[in-house]
Amino acid sequence: MELDLNREIGIIGYGAYIPLYRIKDEEIGRVWGRRAGFPVEEKAVAGLDEDVVTMAIEASLNALKRAQINPKELGAVLVGTESKPYAVKPSGTIVAEAIGATPATLSADYEFACKAGTEALQTCIALVKSGMCKYALAIGGDTAQGRPSDELEYTAASGAAAYIVGPKDEALATFEASFSYVTDTPDFWRRQVQPYPKHTGRFTGEPAYFKHIISAAKMLFEKYSFSPEDFDYAVFHQPNLKFPIRVAKKLGFPMEKIKPGLVVGSIGNTYAGSSLIGLAATLDVAKPGQRILVVSFGSGAGSDAFSLVVEEAIEVKRDRAPGVVDYIERKRYVDYATYARFRGKILR
Amino acid sequence: MVHIIGYGCTPVKEHWDKGIRELAFEAALKALEKAGIDKVDALVVGNMSSGVLAGQEHLGALIADELGMSGISALKVEAACASGGAAVHSAYAMVKSGAYKRVLVVGVEKMTDKLTPQVTSALAMAEDQRFTVSPTGVSFVALNALLHRLYMERYGVKPEEVAAFAVNDHKHAVNSPHAQYRNEITVEQVMKSPMVADPIHLLESSPIGDGAAAVVLSSEPEGDSSVEIAASVAATDVFCLFSREDMLSLRATVLAAKKAYEQAKISPEDVDVLEVHDAFSILGAIALEDLGFAERGQGAKMAYEGETLIGGKLPTNTFGGLKARGHPVGATGVYQIVELCMQLSNEAGKNQVPDANVGLAQNVGGVGGTVVIHVLRGV
Repeated sequence: MELDLNREIGIIGYGAYIPLYRIKDEEIGRVWGRRAGFPVEEKAVAGLDEDVVTMAIEASLNALKRAQINPKELGAVLVGTESKPYAVKPSGTIVAEAIGATPATLSADYEFACKAGTEALQTCIALVKSGMCKYALAIGGDTAQGRPSDELEYTAASGAAAYIVGPKDEALATFEASFSYVTDTPDFWRRQVQPYPKHTGRFTGEPAYFKHIISAAKMLFEKYSFSPEDFDYAVFHQPNLKFPIRVAKKLGFPMEKIKPGLVVGSIGNTYAGSSLIGLAATLDVAKPGQRILVVSFGSGAGSDAFSLVVEEAIEVKRDRAPGVVDYIERKRYVDYATYARFRGKILR
Repeated sequence: MVHIIGYGCTPVKEHWDKGIRELAFEAALKALEKAGIDKVDALVVGNMSSGVLAGQEHLGALIADELGMSGISALKVEAACASGGAAVHSAYAMVKSGAYKRVLVVGVEKMTDKLTPQVTSALAMAEDQRFTVSPTGVSFVALNALLHRLYMERYGVKPEEVAAFAVNDHKHAVNSPHAQYRNEITVEQVMKSPMVADPIHLLESSPIGDGAAAVVLSSEPEGDSSVEIAASVAATDVFCLFSREDMLSLRATVLAAKKAYEQAKISPEDVDVLEVHDAFSILGAIALEDLGFAERGQGAKMAYEGETLIGGKLPTNTFGGLKARGHPVGATGVYQIVELCMQLSNEAGKNQVPDANVGLAQNVGGVGGTVVIHVLRGV
């Protein structure tokens, strides 16, 4: 799927949320007998009273602060996640109600592993572009699950980001184009009633993450005659520190272009929140006129690629809410036992 | 005499987009093209674990059909990691007996569809489940670790000397077009790599990979073929490792080597190029001793001093061996034959051993339960 957006619509407000608690990979390794080669430094841990819904609400309130609109004008509230508190019963309606967007609105939950958030964003773009609503809210977030001792446990983290899509004249960044690329690639999955996902080890790399991100980005480039030099920043899905750095190199982006959005080392992989929190961190520092590439990745598998241009409004809207760095620096370390309690890993 | 009239192989790597069919097809086609033929009288497939790792058995008929040859005689031969060598040995006997004129051998293994723990369990099936694996929970690498430790203690050998085998393999693999790892490594890197089963480091262990290799055997020298099989011998040892008189000698290698030298009418000094089954570096050292190239306890030193490098006294594993070319288990024995053919036909490129005329390949199943030895001669 592709869409030529011609900067007619854009992001009029964005917000991120990262929980207070952190656990170091070293601490997880202490329990499981691993001493080196950790995929990230530390990861964000949701507290006892947090879930995807509460984090989505926090992120949405930040987005609303920046957008300065009446939440009643939101024509859609879409939540992308793979950690729904309820298997049946939308998370989106709870968020919509909490932020004051109900009842004259559309709401649904999206699932596409780690790209559910950008999937929701794609839909919001379509709703606004078609004129079905003036504003639409897309949220990506997870309290990601990783089986104790599994490689995923060292990265699976909690966090969310929210984006309000609206008309160009209010936008802090406008969309130029988007391109989606999917195949049936079973690299990672969680079946009904299973608590933790399964993955296929090294198969999740080359044939899954790299193939889909590179294909989506290259097809976007080809279609709209872009090259890496045209972009000031790039944000890729961040399952660990290694993958986004390597994919940037393969596509021809130097380290300095991905650095502002590369947050995985200090918060872990927030799954559906990952690329969207990376984009928020990039918007926190970007200047008007700069161009940003975002490419998500969701197992199963697929990638959404977006090209955005930062607009003048960023300068006034940016400081209306806390930045990603503020959340990264606001932290309290917990040990493995506390983390296990918070994340419900101890059966009672 | 049995002649090798065609040979070919796929690169060894993580072939994410290829299964057993595609890999076998690719290698077989290369061998048939080289032989300049499109038909054979029989097919022998060497494979260890397609049932456990790919959920597929009955590979003979499957690959024959894939090659458009359904109708011919086709079967699979299994002897753990020696499946490839055993397949060549079976095909040799089929041609030598006069029952078939041309036989295609395909060694193939698809390993990367399963995760490491599943592959580890599959490989442990090569050892005695009742008396070794079940009562102790030992893995295949742990068994080799026992040999490695005993070897160092008995002969006063340093860990660095054993590691040299892996270092030499990687040096050769740099110019090996089908090798899985084409980078050089140092003894220091081996010593610093993670311990898999003490004292075996990660860089002393062969990797998991996919691949297929094929050769065409014929009762006549056909086309521009220039290699003949001077000896083909398979031997077995007491199955359970712990029941053997001496764990540091693979009796099957000693038995098979003695017969192979007699069959080929050569002695160890006549061998110009060697392929040994170094699934773990320690097995390479022991192989040099069992084959008569080194005194007991001197095998590792021979590698450490560079005698097994191209340009040394006995160029060994000239395309990377199991450590760097890779070890798609059931295909490995056929890869060894393909590589010797390349050397004896003067097609080894930058790794060509000058004037190579006699090549020997040792392929091991389990920790020596089966050993297959082939001696090839350039003609």
